[in-house]
Formats: sequence, C-alpha cells, structure tokens
Amino acid sequence: MKAKQRIGVMLLGVCALLISTVVSTVASAEKSLSITVGSKAFTESVILGEVLKHLAGQTGIKTHHQRQLGGSRVLWNALLSGEIDAYPEYNGTLLQEILVEENLQTEAELKQALAERGLRMTTPLGFNNTYTIGMKAELAERLKIHTISDLKNHPEFVLGFSHEFMDRADGWPGLQQRYQLPQKNVRGLDHNLAYRGIDSGSLQAIDLYATDAEIAYYKLRSLEDDLSYFPVYNAVILYRADLEQRAPEVVVMFNRLSGRIDALTMSKMNAQVKLNSEPESTVAADFLQQALNLDVDYQVQTVWQRFVQHTGEHLLLVGISLSAAIFFAVPLGILAAHNERLGSIVLSVAGIIQTIPALALFVFMIPLLGIGGPPAVMALFLYSLLPIIRNTYAGLKDIPPAIIESAQALGLPSRARLRIVELPLATRAILAGIKTSAVINVGTASLSALIGAGGYGQPILTGIRLDDIGLILQGAIPAAVLALLVQALFELIERGLLPKGLRIKALGNS
Amino acid sequence: MLVISQISKRYGDSPALTSTDLQVSTGETLVLIGPSGCGKSTLLRLIAGLIQPDSGSITFEGTQLSSENIFQIRQRMGYVIQEGGLFPHLSVCDNVTVMARYLRRDARWIDSRLNELAQLVQLPNEILKRFPAELSGGQRQRVSLMRALMLEPDLLLLDEPLGALDPMIRYELQQELKAIFSQLGKTVIMVTHDIAEAAFFGQTLVLMRDGHIVQAGPFKELAKTPAEPFVEQFISAQREPMAQLIEALK
Repeated sequence: MKAKQRIGVMLLGVCALLISTVVSTVASAEKSLSITVGSKAFTESVILGEVLKHLAGQTGIKTHHQRQLGGSRVLWNALLSGEIDAYPEYNGTLLQEILVEENLQTEAELKQALAERGLRMTTPLGFNNTYTIGMKAELAERLKIHTISDLKNHPEFVLGFSHEFMDRADGWPGLQQRYQLPQKNVRGLDHNLAYRGIDSGSLQAIDLYATDAEIAYYKLRSLEDDLSYFPVYNAVILYRADLEQRAPEVVVMFNRLSGRIDALTMSKMNAQVKLNSEPESTVAADFLQQALNLDVDYQVQTVWQRFVQHTGEHLLLVGISLSAAIFFAVPLGILAAHNERLGSIVLSVAGIIQTIPALALFVFMIPLLGIGGPPAVMALFLYSLLPIIRNTYAGLKDIPPAIIESAQALGLPSRARLRIVELPLATRAILAGIKTSAVINVGTASLSALIGAGGYGQPILTGIRLDDIGLILQGAIPAAVLALLVQALFELIERGLLPKGLRIKALGNS
Repeated sequence: MLVISQISKRYGDSPALTSTDLQVSTGETLVLIGPSGCGKSTLLRLIAGLIQPDSGSITFEGTQLSSENIFQIRQRMGYVIQEGGLFPHLSVCDNVTVMARYLRRDARWIDSRLNELAQLVQLPNEILKRFPAELSGGQRQRVSLMRALMLEPDLLLLDEPLGALDPMIRYELQQELKAIFSQLGKTVIMVTHDIAEAAFFGQTLVLMRDGHIVQAGPFKELAKTPAEPFVEQFISAQREPMAQLIEALK
C-alpha cells in the first residue's frame, strides 16, 4: 500500500511539473508584448481600447489590445496585477463601485487613492456617459428646449422610460422631485420601443445613456442636467504609474485624448460599430485621423483570418488542458479505486471543483495566473478532471471480483495486475470519461474569451455585444463542429485501443 | 504438504470459520463439502492467500503463508473458480500463458507446455486463438484448468469448478477431471456442495457446517459412522432423489 501511495505522489508531482511548464511557457509568450491595453465587454469600451492601441502604436512600441475582457472588476484587477497597462474607465465607476468603500469625495482624493495603488488617470476625455433625458433634436430646437428644467414648461409631453429607470429611486421619482416636473403621462416600456416611440412622435422624451449609438441615429438631443441630478461618469484613461517610466511617450499620447471626445462624437462612433457594423479598429482610426490628425496604420482581419486565429486559439486551449487532464486524472482514478479513503477525498475535491460555475472558476484564476491563456487552460483543466477520474474509478471498480481474484490467484503482483488485466478491462469506461471531458472542454473553452484567451468565444461575445446573430454563429457553429470532431477522434482511438476480446463481447450482447 | 492450524476468519460480525485444523498430504485429493455458508469456500480462499486469517496459521511445504511470500507461493498453486474467471480481453492462449510470460519463461517452453495442456484437457488447437466470449461453459472450465496447471503447481485448488455447467457436460467433465487428477498425481483440494461429486472425486471428504469441520474421512466412513446426526441428514438429503431415480429405472 505504501509503495502505491508513493507512486501516486510521484505521478502527481510529475503532472504538476508538466502543467506548470506548459502554463509558464504560454504565459511568457504573452508577456513578450511590451504594452497591453484592455477593454470591457461593451462596444464603447472596445472602441476606446482600439483608440488606445492605435495611439500607443504611434510611438512604435508594440501594443496589444485585450478586447472585451469582462466587467470592471476583471479590468481593475488585471491593471493592478500588471496584466494590462491601461484601459478606459469612468470616474463614476471608480467612485461608486470599485472604490466605494473608501468614500472618496473629490477628484484629488480619487487621484490619491489611485496613486496608493500605483495607478494614474488622465484628465477626462470629454464625455460623461451617465443617464440623461433625450428628445428629438428638431422638436427641441423648435421649442427651444436645452435643459431638463426647460421641460417644466411642457406638461403635455408624454414621457417613456425604461422599467429600470422608472423603478430606481435615483431614476424618475428622484428626477421628478428635483426638477418639479409636471408631466402626468409617464410610461414604462422597453428601451428599443422607446426609441421607436420617440421617432414616431408618440413620445416626446425618453431616458438615455449619454453616448448611446441611437442618439446619432435617431437625431436626438440629450438635455443638459442643469441641476446636476445624475452622477457624473466622465470617461478617463486609467493606467499604471510605472508606464511613465517604461514608456513615457505612450502616456503623452494618451493625454492627447483629453477633452477630445464629446458625447456626440462617442455616440457616433458607437453607432458606426453597432448600427453600421464597421470594425472598431476602423472607427477608432478614423476618429484619430479627424481629431488628432494621426495617420494610423492598421489591419482589419478578414473573416477567414479571424476563423483561423480563433480555431488555433481554441485548439490550443482544449489540447493543452485536455491532455493535462488525461495525464493527471487517469492516475488519480486508479489511486481512488485502489485506496478507498484517498479515493473519497479525490472524488469529492473533483466534485466540488465541478460545482463551481465555469465563469466563476475563470475569474478565480485571474489573481493566480492573470488573464489570457494560462488561467483559461488551468480552469479548463480543472473542469475536465472529474469525468475522467470518475469513469476510471468506476471502470476499475466494475471489473467482476472473480476476475480480480483470478489475477491475484495466478500470482500477478498488483502493478502487473493493473497493467495486464484491470486497465484493459476499464478501457471503455476510461475513454467514455475522456470523451465526456472533451465535449465539456470544447464547450466551456468558449467562455475563456471572457478572460482574454480568445477562441470561438470571441466572435460569440462580440456577436452578443453587437446583437449580431451572424457573428454569434461564426463562433457557435465551429465550436459545435469541433466538439463532434473531438468525439469522433476519440471513437477512432477507442477502436484502436479496445481489446479485441471486449469488442466480441459487445457484439454478442447487442 | 499443507498444515492448517487453529485458523479463524470473521466477516464483520459473523464468523465464517472458527478455529479450524486440517492437514493435507502430498498426492491426496481432498474435497471440502457442506451447505452454503458453511465456510468451505472461505477455507479455500485462505489457502490461496486471497484473504488473510484473523488468527491461526497456514503452512505450505514448511513455509508459513504471509503477505510477503504469497506471490511466490501462489505460483506453486493452481486455482480454478466457478465459471472459470477467464480474462475476457485475452485470447485462450494469452489467458493460459499470461503468468508464464510475466515471469519471462522461455518462449519455446511456453509453447510446448501450452500444447501439452491442450492435449491433456482435450481442447482442439483452433480454440486457442478464440476469446472467452466465444467459448462454451465446458470449454471455459478446460481453459481455466489449463491456466491453473501452466506453471506445474504442486497444489491444485478448485472452487466448485463444475458448478455452473449443465448436467451432461458436468458428467463428462467429472470423468475427465478424475482421469487428469490421477494422471498428474497432484495434491488437489476441491470445493463442492454435491455429495455424489464429492464421493466420486475425494479420497478424503471434509464435511463442514457453520464455520467448522464436522467430520473428515473417506465417504464410506461418513456414511457408515456419522459423527453427528447432521452428517447423516446431509448425505440422505441428497440421496433421496437419487434413490427415486434408481427405483424408476428398475
């Protein structure tokens, strides 16, 4: 028994070594890029990320853009850990969300809090992406309405607000009180319907985000919040303080953006991407040309190039994580089958890992391994363990006792018994476990785009963001096909590996 | 060759075997018999070292069985169980020679031994390439016997070897087995619950009940001078249907 445990520990050690080597190789490959900017998973942030990438690229330093990484927390942590060097943020998000516990009041306090963390921010870029009230520009012009206070003179207006805005205390109820608005006809409705309502004239004012793509499209005017009711969400660029030593010219470029993007410009850029399906890269380059007179040299990938890139990324994620899982889980399953106490520990730990939602597991890995490939591979690896361990365990446990006993009675020592009798008999079960893991792995790997690891999840994520079914399918169909291919591959392997005597039995039974 | 002294074995709370003594001499054919749960299979598995006794000792050719020497000693014992216990993923040939190959015995020796055994158990050569799933029950038992005899063991242990066979094949194999035993002259310990089979094979019958030996001796001795009423009951329980059969045939 002791010897068996020692072998188990040795195997664990070898596996850990293998995985850490793979992970660090992937990690060092990513780190060789000198500057990385990030963006959150919505269009405006991705456009600004492209702007930053083009700007930094102007200095001749190689710049990489980790697109649509996830929510504010993911970007914030990635910036703190140095995974990224800069990303577009809103001062309101910093004050009300990320640093809310510090209870910061002034701009100076915010800068101080950032400095303590080794971060800096640029002066505002020029737009304030907060709630606002919008009207048809033409109607507003005709009635000389510029501010929200001006609405007081028009009690006959029909207002349409999104349900969230209607319900929130800091939404309509607060707004009505602050401005003493007299309108009685106020409806809660879907945001998309509100745009159509205001376009057709059945609504006179609706709630908006100040840079919504639809503002430019429907020719709306956002009314000035003259009593400063809504919190301020000024866009800034957040960057690591050490960037000023590493690449001061990049910081200079970033600062050139200050005050150059007003709400309408941002709204137009959002519209170009969201409504006209132009690539973010092109929109960002056009903006820099117009606003800063910069000629940006950039490439837009063709659909085919993107497909090849995503396929490569997806295969790499699945290939590394699945091979490591097989290498690790089969010995663990054997260990579990031969040692009841160790077995129950191994199976319950793997079971607990499986109950962690995939997205949470990906995010848990960020503090340990950063963003991109390594944490995704680790999460996928952990996710692939249980089916293989469990099936190896079950396959070995399901061997009839009479057969094990016969092998013992022949005098085969336990290791020879495992090799000659037990593993061949468990082949089918082990391969079934690997197949299950492979399919789960291919599917879950799509989520790794959320932490910047690319793959087929990238077009899916972009498709969801832009509400573009075609883009979603560009990721979803290859992912499904890949899952089928991987399964077919393992069926072929099974045909080669399964002992002939067992195939005969299978025929006899059917 | 085999001395069992004061051996006991419990499974959880129920005793399977209580302080049992038994001696087996070289060349003897000994049959363990008794109703289900009497401890006869437990005794055989203890001798094969598949389970360890709670107390007492088993000495094989002067060496006491222990977890250190059991792998060595097992190579000198052949073991056949009900339904054969053949490895389904290995061909007949591989099943029979698996241990010899593991021990890296000379390939020519393995080959000639295989043919010798196939002749002994009257198994046609073409069957050697088949897999267990392609064999009849009788053929499987023959292969199992070949596997048990492959390394020329000193002691042959059989746990209800014919228990799963239909009566015709069983009868045929009984005749053959007896012929093989006398031809080989090996020490044999066989477990059965069939008194007629026991009488047919055994020089010595060991009748067991509730984890201990009730009486040991030749069949005649058991039949004529039963040690306790149970011996008589056990024999007559199986004799009744036989007597009716003989009556009807007259």
